[in-house]
Amino acid sequence: MANNPKNNTPQPDDQPENMSRRNLLKSAGIVGAAAVGSSAGSNVIAQDSPPVAQASSPITLEALETLTAEEAETLEAICDCLIPSDDNGPGAREARAVHYIDRSLASHNSGARHNYLVSLAAINDYARQTRGQPFNRLIRDHQESILQAVQDNTVPGCAPSGSGFFNLVRNHTIDGTFCDPYYGGNQNFVGWDMLRYPGIRLSASETDVAKGAELEPNHQSAYDNQTYTKMAHNIQMGEQLNNGGGSSNV
Amino acid sequence: MFKKLPKTNVVIIGMGAAGGVAVLPLTNAGLKVVGLEAGGWLSPRDFAPDELRNSTRNWPQSVQKAATEAPTVRATSSDTAVQGGHPMMNAVGGTTMHYWAQSWRLNPWDFKVVSATRDRYGNARIPQGSTVEDWPFGYEELEPFYEKVEYSVGISGQAGNVKGRINPAGNIFEGERQQEYPMQPLRSSPFTELMSAAARKLDWNPFQGPAAITSELYDGRPPCQYHGFCNKGGCHVQAKSSTAFTTIPKAVDTGNLDVVTFARVTNIVTDNDGKVTGVDYIKGSETFFQPADVVLLAGYTYENVRLLQLSKSRAFPNGLSNNAGMVGRHYLSHHQISSVSALFPDDLHNWYGLPAQGVAIDEWADDNFDHSNLDFIGGGNLWVYTDRKPMSAAKMSTFGETRNWGSDWKAFIMKNADRTNSSYLQNTTLPYESNYLDLDPVVKDPLGFPVTRITARYGDNEKRISAFVQDKMERWYLEAGAIKTSKSGFGNAMGASTHAYGGTRMGNNSETNVVDQWGFSHEAPNLGILGASVMGTSGARNPTLTVQALSWRTAEHLVKNWRSIAG
Repeated sequence: MANNPKNNTPQPDDQPENMSRRNLLKSAGIVGAAAVGSSAGSNVIAQDSPPVAQASSPITLEALETLTAEEAETLEAICDCLIPSDDNGPGAREARAVHYIDRSLASHNSGARHNYLVSLAAINDYARQTRGQPFNRLIRDHQESILQAVQDNTVPGCAPSGSGFFNLVRNHTIDGTFCDPYYGGNQNFVGWDMLRYPGIRLSASETDVAKGAELEPNHQSAYDNQTYTKMAHNIQMGEQLNNGGGSSNV
Repeated sequence: MFKKLPKTNVVIIGMGAAGGVAVLPLTNAGLKVVGLEAGGWLSPRDFAPDELRNSTRNWPQSVQKAATEAPTVRATSSDTAVQGGHPMMNAVGGTTMHYWAQSWRLNPWDFKVVSATRDRYGNARIPQGSTVEDWPFGYEELEPFYEKVEYSVGISGQAGNVKGRINPAGNIFEGERQQEYPMQPLRSSPFTELMSAAARKLDWNPFQGPAAITSELYDGRPPCQYHGFCNKGGCHVQAKSSTAFTTIPKAVDTGNLDVVTFARVTNIVTDNDGKVTGVDYIKGSETFFQPADVVLLAGYTYENVRLLQLSKSRAFPNGLSNNAGMVGRHYLSHHQISSVSALFPDDLHNWYGLPAQGVAIDEWADDNFDHSNLDFIGGGNLWVYTDRKPMSAAKMSTFGETRNWGSDWKAFIMKNADRTNSSYLQNTTLPYESNYLDLDPVVKDPLGFPVTRITARYGDNEKRISAFVQDKMERWYLEAGAIKTSKSGFGNAMGASTHAYGGTRMGNNSETNVVDQWGFSHEAPNLGILGASVMGTSGARNPTLTVQALSWRTAEHLVKNWRSIAG
């Protein structure tokens, strides 16, 4: 089977691409790629440089709540094209944008599930027809030209359209890379570090603002603050509120 | 079928920016008020600093009543209207829970667009097809009520004209006020300092704008913490002066206000003499009739118009207070859709700012400059502000430097995440004969009632202002050192907006207006209407403070004339 990971060896013509990519990923200190472990590139890494992967981050378990395994592989490669892991450091793959998208398709973005089903299949069909391999097995240059074709509306069968799906998956990949880590993306705060966003603070002083990107990142989720969790009714905030003019849970 | 409740003095439909202010003078005067609100109480626990939830997923509006009855939109009567979103939220406090909280007084010119234009440039300069009228009173009439709201709600800002004394630290074009703001303006930032310095080099007068946000301890509420999640988020320390944390709790404390949450009003009931007798509403699976001496309609513009149009009776077969056919007319939504963005060579330090922490230029607003050789009237207020969050930063314009994905793009956003800025340009917008709100003939809400249909588009006057103001904004950015700028388009159809005006316009002429100069119906004397739906002009700045000043004035008029109005 084309999508059997055991057969997922690099094709002769994309060997140089993969080698260079491997070096890029090594230099970027890639983490998490082996968690999905399906693309040609990540297999190479898993074999050649396990210390890198292990040293940077423990591999977290990820269920597929909505996507099939093949869809997730295709999407992983798309997200990696959109926000690549490269010389400039980690990208959507390390942020686990695909994990975010998979979860969001079971909840807030459930209305987009059909578009993913149809479009990922169409992109893979197009990849097989034009390059003889599913999308995630192609070299990066070929992946990028197909993705450009999706954006340019020249890949048939995408829903709601090529450019429509491109915008959808681009937005969701950005969301998954830069959202609060609570939602399953931006893991290890790689997205916020990428933009030099110093993190969520409940208060920012003039000194903090003056420091700008030099302010030490605090790597906190909004929900590291108990105020915003279900625990909040046990803490003092609840009392203050009731005094402040009435809340419905009095 | 409808459970009849005990009669109250006043029932207010909507406990938001408008109704939430009116409750205070009414209850202080001893009137018994029932406030019906389609949403519930929210608390600072609900206001997590979460960009995905608040901004991208539009929490909590996405689950609310307004979202289920969002208007349909079309540019002209020959187009097909398409349902879009609804930008407002249902809650005690309404959209004051999560708005930007810019709290301007209108400039004096905005009250007399017709006469001032005629006097300075001649009648021919009123744009063709516009139904604009002077307000029934001038700025001076509203001034004391602006002040009451500024102090009751809590507004921070820098006055520019106190009793005729001009202070260039504030807006030198504002109308004369009798008092300073109760709080100093929000603090400046490296970016606002940069922009202010550039404006001064252009001989413009930059000033920090007014905000319904505490800049210091005020009325028991702490000052703003500048954490950066103000836009689309409520305040975690109650620094945002929402009516939910200011006037409404004070009215509850009088013992005269009963707030009913999750109440969806379906009908304003009228007797055969044309007086209103109360309102029907649904709460949960029960239906109620709330009788009242006086009804104050205080929903958002679309809801005010829609409820009147839905409330048909023997006395008002075309909808309540609509025998003159003016309900839904003179509609406009603010032209604030055309911005300018800029790319700077250095970080701007905007990660922890908020939309109300900014700098304004008023030189090109209203009639603050000579229009003799221009082909429009009015103008725009230029506003730049400090607000930056990671997801929106990643979605920024690439200014043509790269395609919007891949390694080059990633390098671009890594470098420029804190180096771009978008301005907020609010332009004079006029009402036109061809722009109106009516009931959609096809699209219905879950209860089976038709939703509002917007038929409206911007006129040439709005587009010309926009082009003019964008040029000024571009110049300001370039003076501040921007290396690239980009302008957005002028728009066509007026979509559902947070600045929606008209539909129940205020004016002395009962043939062209729905409410009189006090905000009471020309046709149903014990029906008052609160909100921007009574405003006939937009000015070049945010409407909420004017809405609140008008609400206070209408409520005070009701108190002073209780017998004649309620009788």
